Amino acid sequence: MQNGLNLDAAFSALADPTRRAILARLATGEATVMELATPFEMTQPAISQHLKVLEDAGLVTSRVDGTKRPRRLVKPGIEAIDQWLEMLRKALETNYERLDAVLASMKKPRKEGGQKA
Amino acid sequence: MSKLTLQTEGDTHIVVTRRFAAPPKAVYRAHTDPEQIQKWLLGPEGWTMPLCISEAKPGGKFRYEWINGKGQGFYITGEYLELQPFNRIVHVERMYLPDPTPDNHVETMFDADGEGTLMTIRMTLPDAQTRAAMLATGMERGMEASYVRLEGMI
Repeated sequence: MQNGLNLDAAFSALADPTRRAILARLATGEATVMELATPFEMTQPAISQHLKVLEDAGLVTSRVDGTKRPRRLVKPGIEAIDQWLEMLRKALETNYERLDAVLASMKKPRKEGGQKA
Repeated sequence: MSKLTLQTEGDTHIVVTRRFAAPPKAVYRAHTDPEQIQKWLLGPEGWTMPLCISEAKPGGKFRYEWINGKGQGFYITGEYLELQPFNRIVHVERMYLPDPTPDNHVETMFDADGEGTLMTIRMTLPDAQTRAAMLATGMERGMEASYVRLEGMI
């Protein structure tokens, strides 16, 4: 696993609605803790706590800009979650393609005269 | 284009949908009749289900065991809570890896969709942490080989 992304931590981080909202906000661009706190009616320390969880999960990072530390999304982290869910989808799909074949074979217990066009 | 969707919902749910070109009755039976389950609920190539018990009645138990012929295996046990042929199944299940995972409460709906079926599986985990662990580590455990194979194909 690269870039410190921990999928378990990432999904835990995503389990909280405030943190999902923070990610949605950061998807539109960088924001400081103060900017993030404004719409949430939460204190800045509370937001900072959520940001720490997101940072530990490898989903958010910060840079130093004078006295500010704007936060932004870590694109590879977000993409890794998408890819992981996509792999799960594909693994399930393997089973269901097999079920498609089972269902298709049951459809014709007797010989079918002709296929409908 | 994939016919399957897999999404998280709220803090504790996972919702899977899939369409089938067969009526709800057939899809329902494929999910409850052990002989049929053994034909498709197998995960990756090379895995088989030597044991499949499915007592499809309220309070009935099920147990699925998988092996890969290389000494690896795992199993699931569960109980049926509600069955409405051929439309709805409610059950709980847990996976043994080898320790049991927290119970997953699963509602499966089979709705007519044209000449086919829209299946909707709604899983409810006890809490957000369990769902996180399931998505990140548990759900795919028996499918690891599948990922390797899929990665090879991508």
